[in-house]
Amino acid sequence: MSNIERYLRKDKFPHIWCPGCGNGIVLHAFLRAIDKLNLDQNQVAAVSGIGCSSRATGYVDFCTIHTTHGRALAFATGVKFAKPELTVFVFSGDGDSTAIGGNHFIHACRRNIDLTMIIFNNNIYGMTGGQYSPTTPYMKYASTAPYGNAEQPFNISGLAVAAGASYVARGTTYDAAQLDNLIIKGIENKGFSLIEIFAPCPTVYGRKNKLANPVDLMMWQKELTMPVAKWNQLDDEEKAKYQPTGILTDIDKPEFCDEYAKTCAKAQKIAKGELIS
Amino acid sequence: MSQAYKEKRRFIQGNEACALGAIAAGCRFFAGYPITPSSEIAEVMAKELPLLGGKFVQMEDEIASIAAILGASLSGEKACTATSGPGFSLMQENIGYASLAEIPCVIINVMRGGPSTGSPTSPSQSDLMQAKWGTHGDHPVIVFAPAYISEIFVDTIHCFNLAEKYRVPVILLLDEVIGHMRARMDIYKLSADDIAVIERRKPTVSPAEFMPYDTSDSLVPPMAPFGQGYRFHTTGLIHDRTGFPVNDGLTAESETIRLMKKIYENESDIIEYEEYMTDDMDIMICTFGSTARSAKVAVNKLRDDGIKAGLFRAITLSPFPRKKLRELSARVNKIYVPEMNLGQLRLILERVTRPVQVPIIGINRINLAPISPDEIYQTIKKGEGYV
Repeated sequence: MSNIERYLRKDKFPHIWCPGCGNGIVLHAFLRAIDKLNLDQNQVAAVSGIGCSSRATGYVDFCTIHTTHGRALAFATGVKFAKPELTVFVFSGDGDSTAIGGNHFIHACRRNIDLTMIIFNNNIYGMTGGQYSPTTPYMKYASTAPYGNAEQPFNISGLAVAAGASYVARGTTYDAAQLDNLIIKGIENKGFSLIEIFAPCPTVYGRKNKLANPVDLMMWQKELTMPVAKWNQLDDEEKAKYQPTGILTDIDKPEFCDEYAKTCAKAQKIAKGELIS
Repeated sequence: MSQAYKEKRRFIQGNEACALGAIAAGCRFFAGYPITPSSEIAEVMAKELPLLGGKFVQMEDEIASIAAILGASLSGEKACTATSGPGFSLMQENIGYASLAEIPCVIINVMRGGPSTGSPTSPSQSDLMQAKWGTHGDHPVIVFAPAYISEIFVDTIHCFNLAEKYRVPVILLLDEVIGHMRARMDIYKLSADDIAVIERRKPTVSPAEFMPYDTSDSLVPPMAPFGQGYRFHTTGLIHDRTGFPVNDGLTAESETIRLMKKIYENESDIIEYEEYMTDDMDIMICTFGSTARSAKVAVNKLRDDGIKAGLFRAITLSPFPRKKLRELSARVNKIYVPEMNLGQLRLILERVTRPVQVPIIGINRINLAPISPDEIYQTIKKGEGYV
């Protein structure tokens, strides 16, 4: 614990998260990952949107931006592209990243810019009081789905893979020990890295869905997920019942800032007449 | 340096002059999304910035474009984006963010006919109110509207200077007429003042003592770039001088008022305008942007007829040159306001000249064409117009 305290703005505590919320478990895993990699605090930027999880930027002692709703990735793209030497993190929730910020999400994946994004997926809009989000499961309840949610949910990690992210991993706060490694691998990946983490919301999601006890929500995570190696062996019908966890994609792919630097070098050669366009 | 400086004069398009002005101001980061009639600005930036080690990125939409330039500005770069009406509408929320978080940036809006998709290839001046009031909440913003090609180049530099000096979003309003017009730009005629470049003030205290919104020595706090040891928090929530959100009314009020004061107490440093034959005028034509070009010709024609007309051209539309206009309006019988909208500048004039109670008459066109000198001349001669 003492090692990670240096990365915290301790005067900003207590935090705003409810008892039983998974966000603190995710933040702790993130700080352990930073600590294990011994990153220079002055060369780290953390960018977030709006929502419960996006308040995380206020608690970590880096250069931090708490941006507008859904726009964290677009701000972070500006930070990273302007100063590629910085290590840039993005904290976001399921609504922030895949509803209002969905367009930025798929394009950051496609562009493969070297950002590490952590999505705290709690299946609900917590801060505004429990409205259904793009990951609220079918027929689960929310304040705006009082008779059950008629929509189908997003598979966020699947979306990232399809959109071209070079590293995608999924974890749960139930299996917190695994998170450090998933985040470290994401930081080490040169390209866009997404770590989607199921983080329970007992206060809002749980209460609406007879899962108000945080332990019940943890057990729900356990029942819902399966390590990807085991999941891969299932037939399609069985696969549909579970969400695979672990590293789902880890591929080498040209990174945006690097590729842009190459095109600048090319442009300068053309301007000097050393290369014909 | 930019190609523009290598030549004594150049035949240049308004949008191109704008892009080269940005580069001359030290802008090394551009993020944008294609939209008529502004796209040439992005195209010039895409070509020029790589030669200077700068960054160009075409984002997925205009919301992302302004967000990216704000991120780049926090990283320490001078940054801008360019758009037109529909994109400008999408940018409004983050313009408010830049106002509150005090992030320098320049937003170029080459106005086209609206509302909605409107008339993409036709001129308009109907985004004036949006430039001033587009984002929600009370907020400061600086708005410039040049009328000539060389002036676009120079004013773009001024916009960057003001953004950096006052840590405020600056909106440069062009319209399709001057954005797409080509004219000679005499680079050798530009003065040192015209092209002087201002850099943002950086903190002089150590990182341990640094507070991101410390206004003890100025209404405009110094700004630290990311990556240099100054770790701080930036938020769109109301915050105190530490940069962290607070929920008390006194801070909300005092900080919002400070944001306004840093602009209004420096009006004399910011405001630019042009007067033409105003010394002995009985009739004042007041306008901005490309319409002023026609108005100047109309003034000459009216003078030929023995009518003492004069022109006041507002170059800065926010903060508005209200003191000067109040003074001039007391000396005239009538004010004519030609503009390519249904009376947005007229509305401002009615407010700022109210103590004088001079008739203010609109010459308004939204017929997708520039207002001609003759339309202004004939309206004034016949005593017509919108009251």
